[in-house]
Amino acid sequence: MRFLLDDEQTAFARSLDALLTAADTPAVVRAWGAGDHAAGRALWSRIAELGVFALAVPEAYEGVGARPVELAVAFVELGRHGVPGPVVETVAAGALLSGPGFAHLAKRFLPGVASGETVVTVALPGGGPYVLDGDVADVELSVCRDGGGELWVVQGGGDRAGLRSRVRRSLDPARRLVLPRPGGQVLAAGPQVVAGAADALCWARLATAAQALGVGLTLLDRTVAYVKQRSQFGVPVGSFQAVRHRLADAKIALEFARPLVFGAALTMDPADVAAAKVAACEAAYTTARTALQLHGAIGYTAEYDLSLWLTKARALRSAWGSPGECRGVVLGGGGIAHSGADFGAGDKFG
Amino acid sequence: MDLTYSPADQAFRAEARAWLDAHVPAGPLPSLETEEGFAVHRAWEAELAADGWSVVSWPVAYGGRDCGLTRWLVFEEEYWAAGAPGRVGQNGVSLLAPTLFDHGTEEQRARVLPPMARGEVVWAQAWSEPEAGSDLASLRSRAVRTDGGWLLSGQKTWSSRAAFADRAFGLFRSEPDMPKPHQGLTYLMFDLRAQGVTVRPIGRLDGKPAFAELFLDEVFVPDEDVIGEPGQGWRVAMSTAGNERGLTLRSPGRFLASAQRLAALWHERGRDPYTRDRVADAVIGARAYQLFTYAAASRFLDGEPLGPESSLNKVFWSEYDIALHETALDLLGGEGELTDAEGGWGEGYVFSLAGPIYAGTNEIQRDIIAERLLGLPRGRR
Repeated sequence: MRFLLDDEQTAFARSLDALLTAADTPAVVRAWGAGDHAAGRALWSRIAELGVFALAVPEAYEGVGARPVELAVAFVELGRHGVPGPVVETVAAGALLSGPGFAHLAKRFLPGVASGETVVTVALPGGGPYVLDGDVADVELSVCRDGGGELWVVQGGGDRAGLRSRVRRSLDPARRLVLPRPGGQVLAAGPQVVAGAADALCWARLATAAQALGVGLTLLDRTVAYVKQRSQFGVPVGSFQAVRHRLADAKIALEFARPLVFGAALTMDPADVAAAKVAACEAAYTTARTALQLHGAIGYTAEYDLSLWLTKARALRSAWGSPGECRGVVLGGGGIAHSGADFGAGDKFG
Repeated sequence: MDLTYSPADQAFRAEARAWLDAHVPAGPLPSLETEEGFAVHRAWEAELAADGWSVVSWPVAYGGRDCGLTRWLVFEEEYWAAGAPGRVGQNGVSLLAPTLFDHGTEEQRARVLPPMARGEVVWAQAWSEPEAGSDLASLRSRAVRTDGGWLLSGQKTWSSRAAFADRAFGLFRSEPDMPKPHQGLTYLMFDLRAQGVTVRPIGRLDGKPAFAELFLDEVFVPDEDVIGEPGQGWRVAMSTAGNERGLTLRSPGRFLASAQRLAALWHERGRDPYTRDRVADAVIGARAYQLFTYAAASRFLDGEPLGPESSLNKVFWSEYDIALHETALDLLGGEGELTDAEGGWGEGYVFSLAGPIYAGTNEIQRDIIAERLLGLPRGRR
């Protein structure tokens, strides 16, 4: 038992952080939200070069196999920098098509996912009604419950202008929501689709939780920096106990969400992942409220970069399972039905 | 990064589980905050100690199993999952003993620790004073040099378990003219039945004498009961404070077991929709606390000090403990009002309410987090 990131994982986070810092990600986010995706696609390729999208793709399809801990490491960084696009959805698609019975589909789609050439968005039971960035994605996958589970695909190009006209505004302007496209073709049907979708949902929730944690960490960092330099009544705002204590509470919430995210990555138990999703999204949202309050009016403007994370914290809370849905999984799912130490610390880890 | 245990750790878990299955009392013991309950809990400590389970992480020479932090966590998970009783010796075991390991003499360890491990000598903490709570350094009780030792005078208060305990440990001002309040303090152990000691039990919210006030009038303490150097008591005490807030005061096993019981109660009571989210949060919080502690333990085993992270820990568990018990009482409905509410939730609730107040108030902990972890400027308290 050594529940700490190793040197390689830490170095991976640092290299992603360096890449995203150098890329002026806030400008990319704003362009993406305005419907100009060129800079975002370029950034996407560079993220892919570091191997992020290969982390849920088997080696047979040019991925590195299922590496949920590294995925969580990566998504904390994507969240910290506010990276736009269907990053979670692309990972979920990788997990979905890695399942048994999808070899032909895996061969067709996954090498492009791993390399970053293919941007995928996906709709699954347990996610929301909209597909994220449906106007940008090259491939749109959706699983519906019809006929015991059907996997549909709509591929690339097509009527982009028509799609753009159907974009619904998210609270987070960088998230472009579209209802799944009509038409397309059935790729697969049956129990393996249902099982694959459940697995993919787990990966999507884990990635969302990690992303939310990263969003919260940046909101805290930026707010701490702000209250140190902003003065009122002749002293830094950050010297007031009311301010300090709100930030301390945000720090506590984030630091107790962090181990849940990495613990869930190690077990990939749906209840653990749901718990991580609840805790990370609540922590990020609490931090967002604190960040807004402590910035005052400047934080309430779209022009100030803080807004990029404020709005994302709210959006991620609902994405891929609301807090209520995830709490339901925690109570109904694995762990609770067992007795004694089998909960959380039993044979699964022993 | 992994959560798997070695085969040896798993064997240890199985051994602990088997022993607990065979020995844990069938029904709940009377409250350890009563004279009767105190005696019964002492007997339980002796039973644990007889087979080497009372202080598993201590060296074998003092009654432990020398099994390290990881197995301490494992043992605690098994202990609380088995529904075993609260630990009457906890003040001594988790606060004084680590101080003696770090700052005591070999003679002190050999004399003090084995009877502590067996529950024969139960220790109370004597830190707070009427004018010195979270501002501990403002304490005023004195230690005056005398032949072969010290004479203690003054008043201590809010001493947990002191109503029925045998001995106490605390800080005393031995050099009253030092420029700063935390200088010139000495850390001493003393006998609660010594001449000059008056113990006045104080009823907590439910009236049970869970703590006491101590009046000291020239109480003699021999030199051998000074821990560390005279005048260096603050430094010695702060290592104890880190333990108190940090890893050992509230083991994750306790909250895992409580969350488990709460979830079971919720299922039994027809999955009450009004408490559903809070029950889920209790389960999530217990898991978060467990994993946070695993990470802290991993860093500690790598040789890193606990540091100000223990303040995160203290605020989290103390608020968690109250939320957990409030949820249980709400779920019990009208029965939740009873002091002996089903499953010990009433007693646990009263106990939990003290958490944010003691071991350094949560406001003090948040100030520590703000300054030392977030780097915010010092402010007026």
